[in-house]
Amino acid sequence: MTRRLLLLLPLVGFLVLGSFLYLGLSINPFERDSALMAREFPAFELATLGDPDQVVDESLLEGEVTLVNVWGEWCPTCKQEMPQLLDLAERGVRLVGVDYKDTRDKGRDFLDTYGNPFEINIFDPEGTLGFDLGVYGAPETFLVDRDGIIRYHHTGYITPVDVRETILPEVEKWR
Amino acid sequence: MQTLLIPEIGHFALIIALLMALVQGVMPLAGAATRRPLWMAYARPMATGQFLFLAIAYLCLTASYLLDDFSVANVANNSNSLLPWYYKASAVWGNHEGSVLLWSLILAGWTFAVSHFSRELPRDMLARVLGVMGLVSVGFLAFVLITSNPFERLLPNLPDDGADLNPLLQDFGLIVHPPMLYMGYVGFSVVFAFAIAALLGGRLDSAWTRWARPWTNIAWAFLTVGIALGSWWAYYELGWGGWWFWDPVENASLLPWLAGTALIHSLAVTEKRGSFKSWTVLLAISTFSLSLMGTFLVRSGVLTSVHAFANDPARGLFILVLLGITVGLSLLLFALRAPRVSHQVGFNWLSRDALLLINNILLIIITVTVLLGTVYPLLLDALNLGKISVGPPYFNALFVPLTVLLCLFMGLGPLSRWKRMDGRDLFKRSWLAGLAALLIGMAAPLAYGGEWNLKVSLGLVVALWIVLPMARDLWTKSRHSAGRLAGVKRLSLAYWGMVLGHLGVAVTIIGVTVVSNYAIERNVRMGVGDSAQVAGYTFTMTELASRRGPNYLADTALIEVKRGDSRREFVMEPEKRLYIARGMPMTQVALSPGLFRDLYVAMGEELEGDSWAMRLQYKPFVRWLWLGALLMAAGGIMAVVDKRYRRAAAVRDSKSAPAARAREATA
Repeated sequence: MTRRLLLLLPLVGFLVLGSFLYLGLSINPFERDSALMAREFPAFELATLGDPDQVVDESLLEGEVTLVNVWGEWCPTCKQEMPQLLDLAERGVRLVGVDYKDTRDKGRDFLDTYGNPFEINIFDPEGTLGFDLGVYGAPETFLVDRDGIIRYHHTGYITPVDVRETILPEVEKWR
Repeated sequence: MQTLLIPEIGHFALIIALLMALVQGVMPLAGAATRRPLWMAYARPMATGQFLFLAIAYLCLTASYLLDDFSVANVANNSNSLLPWYYKASAVWGNHEGSVLLWSLILAGWTFAVSHFSRELPRDMLARVLGVMGLVSVGFLAFVLITSNPFERLLPNLPDDGADLNPLLQDFGLIVHPPMLYMGYVGFSVVFAFAIAALLGGRLDSAWTRWARPWTNIAWAFLTVGIALGSWWAYYELGWGGWWFWDPVENASLLPWLAGTALIHSLAVTEKRGSFKSWTVLLAISTFSLSLMGTFLVRSGVLTSVHAFANDPARGLFILVLLGITVGLSLLLFALRAPRVSHQVGFNWLSRDALLLINNILLIIITVTVLLGTVYPLLLDALNLGKISVGPPYFNALFVPLTVLLCLFMGLGPLSRWKRMDGRDLFKRSWLAGLAALLIGMAAPLAYGGEWNLKVSLGLVVALWIVLPMARDLWTKSRHSAGRLAGVKRLSLAYWGMVLGHLGVAVTIIGVTVVSNYAIERNVRMGVGDSAQVAGYTFTMTELASRRGPNYLADTALIEVKRGDSRREFVMEPEKRLYIARGMPMTQVALSPGLFRDLYVAMGEELEGDSWAMRLQYKPFVRWLWLGALLMAAGGIMAVVDKRYRRAAAVRDSKSAPAARAREATA
């Protein structure tokens, strides 16, 4: 009998290890989000896409819950994301774009072709703001509350399901 | 370029393969349990069919790569029209989806091989083995189809060109490293299936071990080569000349290797002496489980590693569930069905049995040590005790002394006898070799480096302690009345396999010892005309040039190298490349390889005034690391071709011939 119990040991050991591995799944070793969550939107001073003489800074984002979307003409996924962003704008969500590592002409062409859901577009040709935001690529989207604090971060393409199930509830939550 | 339906054909073939795997997993096992030959007979055709359809799926994906079909997401993310064709073909497994497909194809390949080469197995045994492998395959094919479909399309907005293969992976090492490694990982599924079949059928005798051993050796040899290739690739490709980093993913490949090494030794005891049966079965299960766990660690993103594929918790969960089912059920089966009668075959504490037991215990301690170090950051994190990383100091502090201990017993192994032997006899056979190892090992650093070096001495003593007693043993065993040559010929291939394997370990230990202690590295600033000296070699930069490769731009330095006052010069050409598609810079190392030393030149950053930071390294005996691994692998293969296994085949042929005649007669 004791020998049988002894034979169970490997199984027990494996179950313990397996449960740790399971716990490990919910932990992100890179901890990407926590670095930005609940922090103020990084300070910046950049011209807008529409007007090279109009300089805006982080105060642009204060006063209203805003979705900041990082995009670029060079990014094919951003094109696919546009209908969802237009949908969000139509539902009354305030959107601010960051035209990331782009040229003015290409950025404007992009908005002419695919529509413009943004109240205003920050032009970030060198990617300085993108760097401060810790952007890996485009598209990425940040939800900023009325005090200019980052409350939610979405990496990659926003799907129609994301609009319904995450973006709109998050916007409501911080309004 | 539109290439029509190739990806869809591949996808469809993959689905058919899954269905065949399902039949292969269910029918033969049910047939073996209920003694229905017809059901059992499903095993072999399904194994063949599964392999065929997976090969079709795999070829379809490769075709999509070669034809630059960027409407396939996998191709768009990992290839580029400028990539040379051989990197397009190898890019198939340079990413998560494609590599799991390769994993599945290799599993089907091993299954096919078992169904083809194991005809002498009893019908129910073969049915169970193939059934278990079919079930493993079902898990992986479902994983591919559900979470990691490599044939997914990017429609309607397909990109004009692909994002390119990661430049680190554009290299010969990458072409061969993963397939070798997977051959090893997946190859252990065969002995795993044999173990489960034995537990299910209650048949665990020496015939069983004779069937399982060759498969285990081959898988182990592949894994050995795979790990060595990985180490070699890291050495020349990553640019800083390291060859082992105790990175979680490296550990993930080392763990099944350690357990597999214990397994091949314990299989020897089970075959020769009929003991250690439960232990062997447990090791067979553990080895494959560790292979699966390696897959989980690499692909789930639970650990940070330079090698890890993109994080995806959904995939991680799927593999974990797969791992839980496979390993959990196997260990449960083990607990319930492990050989009941513990009929101990007695042996003395001074015998080969005992030495192999110690070998197994030490190897398992080493495995557990590496496993703990690998998952420890995860354990702490899960318990909210903070984030740490366990690095080389931990591993070296435990791995090195344990290995030294292992080697001390390893030296005695080949001299010992089964069951029991006289202590005086063992002493007589080993004292001279031991003394010689001690003296040469202590003196060598004095002669080579000019001063005492305890670490080097220890490494050399251990390596010589493995080789010298074995050499003496070889000398005694090859004694023959018809002369030495006849005596050498009489020795079995299995014995030669052991000799080569152990020699390989010694060679690797010498390489590790010397390169760790005598490597020289200099970081210098060099412009055209500047010279620097490292270990008696003079490096002179003669020219800086710009070059253009197929998909990159490069700054190249021409470095003239001269040894001492000799007239002979040669040129080394390190490069700093910029890969265009990803805008990613890469260091291309220049190597001058040699059996006793490597020269290693890498370009660092560009400095002001047309000069570069250069890293010059002298790496003595570094090749021995991988040479040793090749010897070990050769030993593993050599033991397989031993006539003992061929005799089994001959018996099979003579048995099947009358049977075939009988069949013809009735037809």
